[in-house]
Amino acid sequence: MSDQLLVSTRKGLFSARRQGKGNWALEDVFFLGDNVSLTLHDSRDGAWYAALDHGHFGAKLHRSRDRGATWEEIGVPAYPTPPEGHVEKDFLGREIPWRLIRFWCLAPGSAAQPGLLWAGTLPGGLFWSEDSGDTWQMVESLWNMPDRRKWMGGGADAPGIHSICVDPRDSNRVAIAVSSGGVWITPDRGQTWTAHTAGMRADYAPPELVYAPESQDPHRMVQCPGAPDTWWVQHHNGIFRSTDNAMSWTEIVDVKPSVFGFPVVVHPKDPDTAWFVPAIKDERRIPVEGRVVVNRTRDGGRTFETLHRGLPQGWAYDLVYRHALALDATGERLAFGSTTGSVWISENSGDDWLTLAEHLPPVHAVIFA
Amino acid sequence: MPRVAFTRNLQRHVACPPCAVTGATVRESLEGVFTLYPKLRGYVLDEHGALRFHMAVFVDGVPVTDRRELSDAVPEASEIFVMQALSGG
Repeated sequence: MSDQLLVSTRKGLFSARRQGKGNWALEDVFFLGDNVSLTLHDSRDGAWYAALDHGHFGAKLHRSRDRGATWEEIGVPAYPTPPEGHVEKDFLGREIPWRLIRFWCLAPGSAAQPGLLWAGTLPGGLFWSEDSGDTWQMVESLWNMPDRRKWMGGGADAPGIHSICVDPRDSNRVAIAVSSGGVWITPDRGQTWTAHTAGMRADYAPPELVYAPESQDPHRMVQCPGAPDTWWVQHHNGIFRSTDNAMSWTEIVDVKPSVFGFPVVVHPKDPDTAWFVPAIKDERRIPVEGRVVVNRTRDGGRTFETLHRGLPQGWAYDLVYRHALALDATGERLAFGSTTGSVWISENSGDDWLTLAEHLPPVHAVIFA
Repeated sequence: MPRVAFTRNLQRHVACPPCAVTGATVRESLEGVFTLYPKLRGYVLDEHGALRFHMAVFVDGVPVTDRRELSDAVPEASEIFVMQALSGG
């Protein structure tokens, strides 16, 4: 059970600690004033990684081996040099730069692969490191895949990889989700890739492309660690679930107050239990009726409970990004942070929520550490 | 010998005190600084060696014209100043 929460924000990385039952408090901040895109806690060796987006000065990566007491700047991925005169354009004719814009996902390899990290980036890059982030290598098979050029921006101007799932049964099987560009899986640690979007639907796309892999905009994808044939995706178009190892997806419909949202987390052992933070769809992107709620299913999506105890139930316009909902390893503690700088924590699987903060900078991501 | 100085905003993130280097072009001069402070390179240049989109380099008060190859000439005793472009307001 984790007693520490790391909150990545537009203006720094904040650390909160549990003081006692139902009592959490902010206790530290790292990189104050800097844009921290996301953070990884590598449970294999305890290392923390913080991805910074300095804007003018580029994306950087820092590592701490002493839980934040000291940090060291480490390597960042490099995109290949484009052929002379090559100008790459996306599906809509907009230029896609061949350079690192931002980290959008960090994931550890398996326990049998110490030091192996995966990184998903904007624009549409997947990289691995075999030395805990000191050096990085691009997965060129994915970058050179012709279908990769059909990806489009979704969530950012350029397409990006925001979810990486390393199969707990076979660490060579790695799945990625792309906004916007579908779900892709390699069975051989990046040598070959196939689309895995059967059953997904994108009703915002032109009729001919509603079911095309590249039209799918999964906002966030998770695989149940204890039952890895079950996957959940919070998609731009709604909620999708797979019970056949991402070979096919079933759309979950009629979810109140909204089937739209960005994040999803799944219980570490119970594949039927997952949490979402619903919002009004793309027209507005705010909570329905100004009420912040969390949706929880415990029966594989047949029914949902809308959890609200302790959350603001009026005049609240907090949006929760795809990496800003976290679950600890027990499946009991949850936390989420919003674009308006609020952070809430639950110690009972979402039944009750306590307010950790209301005035932080916009929250990009939260993790338990 | 050109002198190179950096915006204070950059010094907050990475070591880059003013220094004198040898170099006939902006590229050669900056490479001289990067030899002294290797971490600095990634803050000023992208992975292909071009000036980052939101960075600016001035030689004696004049912005460089070749942002990709950094081939602008640097006369002896020039002052090179590296700063962030004020994009975004």
